[in-house]
Order: sequence, then C-alpha cells, then structure tokens
Amino acid sequence: MSVRVSSPSITRAAARGRHRTRGHYVGRGAIIAVLAVLTVAFALPFYWLLSTALKTSPQIFAVPIIWVPTPLQWSNFSNAISFFPFWQYLFNTVVICAFTVLGTVCSNSLIAYGLARIDWPGRNLVFILLLGTLLLPSQVTLIPLFIMFAHIGWVDTYLPLIVPAFFGNAFFMFLLRQFFMGIPRELGEAVRIDGGSEFTIFWRIIVPLSKSALAVVALFSFINSWNDFLGPLVYIRTQSKYTLAVGLSTFLGQYGSQWSWLMAASALVFIPIVILFFFTQRLFIQGITFTGSKE
Amino acid sequence: MKASERKELTDFRTIFFIPSIVPLVASAVLWIWVFNPQYGLINTLLSYIGISGPGWLDDPVWSKPALIIMGLWSVGGWMVIFLAGLQNVPVEQYEAAQLDGASSWQRLVHITLPFMSPYFLFNAINGLILSFQFFLQPFVMTQGGPAESTTMYAVYLYQNAFQYYRMGYASAMGWILFVVIAIFTFILFKTSARRVYYGGS
Repeated sequence: MSVRVSSPSITRAAARGRHRTRGHYVGRGAIIAVLAVLTVAFALPFYWLLSTALKTSPQIFAVPIIWVPTPLQWSNFSNAISFFPFWQYLFNTVVICAFTVLGTVCSNSLIAYGLARIDWPGRNLVFILLLGTLLLPSQVTLIPLFIMFAHIGWVDTYLPLIVPAFFGNAFFMFLLRQFFMGIPRELGEAVRIDGGSEFTIFWRIIVPLSKSALAVVALFSFINSWNDFLGPLVYIRTQSKYTLAVGLSTFLGQYGSQWSWLMAASALVFIPIVILFFFTQRLFIQGITFTGSKE
Repeated sequence: MKASERKELTDFRTIFFIPSIVPLVASAVLWIWVFNPQYGLINTLLSYIGISGPGWLDDPVWSKPALIIMGLWSVGGWMVIFLAGLQNVPVEQYEAAQLDGASSWQRLVHITLPFMSPYFLFNAINGLILSFQFFLQPFVMTQGGPAESTTMYAVYLYQNAFQYYRMGYASAMGWILFVVIAIFTFILFKTSARRVYYGGS
C-alpha cells in the first residue's frame, strides 16, 4: 500500500485544466459526428423494416422510393397474422423458454456449487473436461443427439429442447462457479458448525447472495432459447408447434414475395426481445461484464 | 473516452447492441429485403450516389460480401465486451502519461491497446469458433446460395444430414469441424502469447 501525495481527483482536475484546449473540443465533436453517422447506419435497417411494413404493395415498388408511407397501413400486420400464427408461435416459444430457463438455472447453480464450494478428488479434472465441451461446435453433437432422440420417440416434441437444459451447460456453470468462489468461506463454515448440510449452505447462503449472477444466467439462457433456430428446426415437425424463429422462416418460404406482410411478421418477431431488452438493460451489460472482465 | 462518459453514451450503445440480441431469423428476413436488387435499401442508397448496385444475394460473386455486411450489423455484441475492457484500464496510467507529455495517439497505442489485448484475444477466439459454425443466415437467406456460393460448412453438414440423409458422412463432417476449430484456436493462442498483456487487475 503506497502513500499518495495528492489524491487522484485533484491530479485529474489539474490535468484537465491544463489540457482543455480547442483541440480537445474539436476531437470531441469529431467523435460525436462519427457516432451519429454510425447510429444512423445501424438504425436505418430498422426504419426500413417499419416503413415497408406500413406500405401498400404499390408503394413498396414505387420509383422513386417512398421513405415515409402515408397513410400508415396498419392492416398489413393483421393480414400477416392471418397467415403467420404469431400468437400461437409466441405461446410455443414462451413455453419452451420458460422450462429451459428453469432447468438451466436449477441445474447449473447446483453443479457450480459442487465445483466451487466442495473439495472432492478429481474435481479440477472434471471442471477442465466440462470447460472443454465449450470448444465443441454444436454440429458435432447434433446428429447423434437427433438419432438418440428419434429412437426414444421425442422427435416432434419439445422434450429434446427442454430436457438437456436440466443437465447443465458449460458456459453457465463456469460463470456461476466463478461467482460462487467469490463468496467468503466463513459463511459456509458457520452453517456447518451449526449442523447444516451442504444443501442448506447452498439454499440459505449461496443462492440469496447470488441473485444477480442467477438473474444473468436466467436472462441469457432465455435469450438463447428464444433465438434458437437449429434446435426447433431439427426437432419440431408440426406447424402448430413451431417457435417464432422457425415459423418466420416457414412464412418466408410460403409468402416470400409479400414484402409488406413479411416485414410485418418480422417486426412482430423483433418486438418481444426489444421490449425485454429495455426492461433488463442493466442486467445485460452486467452479464457481459461478468464474462468479459473475469478473464 | 467511451469509458468516462458512460451516461451520455448509453443511448448510443443501445442501438448498436440490439441487432446482436434479436432473433437472427427476423434479421435475416429483414436483410433479404434490404439487399433486394431492385427495391432494397442498399441499392436505393447506392443509386443516390450514382452507383448501380449489384445483385447481392442473387449474385454468386456478391452473396458472401452481402452476408459479411449483414454480419457487421451485429458488432454490438462484440462492442460491449470491449466496453467492459475499456472500463478496466487503470486511469492512473493515463494521468501519468499525460503528465509525461504523451499525446492522445501515444496514450492509445501504449496504454489502451495493451490493456485491451486480452479482450481482443477473447473476441478473436469466440469469433473464430462461431464463424466456423455460420449457419442461419446462409440457410434462411439463400439456402446455400446462388450456385452454392453460400454453402457454408455448417449448411452443407445440415444438408447432408437432414436432406440427403447421409448421416454418417455428416457426423464425420462434424468431427473434422471440431479438429479444424481446435487447430485454429491453438494457433491463435500460440501466436498471441507474446502480444497479449495481462495487466495486474
């Protein structure tokens, strides 16, 4: 622990005073300008989506391009829904996501506890092996899993998508293990002295203290499950059971030339996640920081 | 700069980040329309500066660049990792450098980049592993592309398994993919060892 002569804030203020030149403001202005251009570039596809979704067919193919459709053709959305069972797909997707999140949070927290808080022979080797599965591309296990699930008759059900979630996921168990290791051992010792079991420690100490980490796991696994395309594509065969992702791709195949309906359907698929993002922004960034800065 | 003015830039960050978390299928559908050769967004904008845009997804030469451009839309996910890294760079280093008379460029190259190097490596490895598994966009947007120009490895694997029912061949493809990814990851690690700086924090 070294002794500082002047506090960081005073040094910072002095430095700022000396260097707030006109060049500083020009530099700042340039950064804002670049950000503004990039923001427009990134937002433009979204605007394109909405403007096409609200145009009539002749307006879509008009030359020169109509940028702001008038009047706003909201009927495109209701027309799209009559051919794109949005609410059905939404319900299916929510069901799958809910069970997946449940399984992910429960299984990975227990696994992480075992890896972080209990010493047992071979623990580190097992941990490394589990981490190794992160390197495995999904395509390697795709086919054998499919064959296995086909043999036990789980094809065209949601089970192949939900059940594996209850058996752990290397990424989330790694994240939770790191977090659990940061909780002081004394708290667990105190419970052991009072005669509590490992599960008591887990349930009464670790879980309440890990609410933010568990929330991050829940959020990320929800998003992964929601956006999952290959899983439902491979396992679900009946149209009424499709998720939003697969349903939209089918809609594309059937009504690909109806651009206004297609954009409307696409917008409908975007909306739930965007809404979720605005409610959970802080949790998102927190979660990425967990995985990013704990390297 | 990005780290110290977090509050004002939160709104900017949102628009960059959202495309990386929304359902990729919906993005794919949108970008099919964006790349439409006659009426799409990109060719319309190009026509304003007098360029006659190419056929994008319908053109075997331009289909892969189109997918690359679409991929750039999702950089927000990578950006957030870099943002987390920027916030971990010790501020004292900048102050010390400034007192010693370092210019902005020197501060960038000698302080920011070294402290950011682990994050560059993390993103590079993740990006490498993920791009070998590139499947959804080529599958949904072009089904393997005009003249197989977008038949990526993962797409071909899927076709072999679930369209041609050559499951054994597809499984072998999966293993080869694993080995290739492992080799590239190993090479990336080995070549980066000298250039990555793991700071005290």
